Amino acid sequence: MAVHRLSLNPSSYKTRFTQRFLRALMKINKNKNRSSTSSSFQEIRRGRRRIKIAADGSMASAVGSKRAWSRAMLYKLRTRTRHQAWVRKISTAAKRKRDVGNKPEEELSRTDDLRRLVPGGEAMDFCSLLEETAHYIKCLTTQAHVMQSIADFYST
Amino acid sequence: MSSRRSRSRQSGSSRITDDQINDLVSKLQQLLPEIRDRQPDKVSSANVLQETCNYIRSLHREVDDLSERLSELLATTETTSAQAAIIRSLLM
Repeated sequence: MAVHRLSLNPSSYKTRFTQRFLRALMKINKNKNRSSTSSSFQEIRRGRRRIKIAADGSMASAVGSKRAWSRAMLYKLRTRTRHQAWVRKISTAAKRKRDVGNKPEEELSRTDDLRRLVPGGEAMDFCSLLEETAHYIKCLTTQAHVMQSIADFYST
Repeated sequence: MSSRRSRSRQSGSSRITDDQINDLVSKLQQLLPEIRDRQPDKVSSANVLQETCNYIRSLHREVDDLSERLSELLATTETTSAQAAIIRSLLM
């Protein structure tokens, strides 16, 4: 799917994500050109991290504060070191609350895995976790789709 | 499938029924390419949760790989004026 044929509906997540992400890419690219000219392994690895952060930030801000996962992701990106302490605090408190449940041990451990994979998952009740997960998956596939189109675009 | 109603122990929230959870789990199943075509009653919710975790991990890996590829492309190619024009039109 060519990027200029991405058929961008102005109010869709896909459009909002694409525009934010492209702007971020351009900014990253401009800064890179200003610094060293070598495309060393280190440069590419640093660039990859910056691009991944730009992709996640663009996706979360395209969704905005409507969703718990996007709020959690935006918070995580803005307060990277403080966030680790917050997650630890929330997850012990939330785990204590959840341990009163009557689900078999097996199912609980898979829920714990899922809680770690979905931003903000540690603090959600089970139903919210399932809803947020569904939305998160849809947005992740959109993110991957658009990034693929952009990569193809730059490869030609 | 039992119709036992589970009592919610979380203060302030409405009762969470097994039916609600089953509904949410089957909606999740529809999103997972590995198991969306299987009969819902043949797939346990533990199965769906497991597949969900696997799928999210694979999507994360895909985005990581794409980030690396984009990093390489940006580092090594010059944007042509035609490409720049297309990008500008997308951002309008």
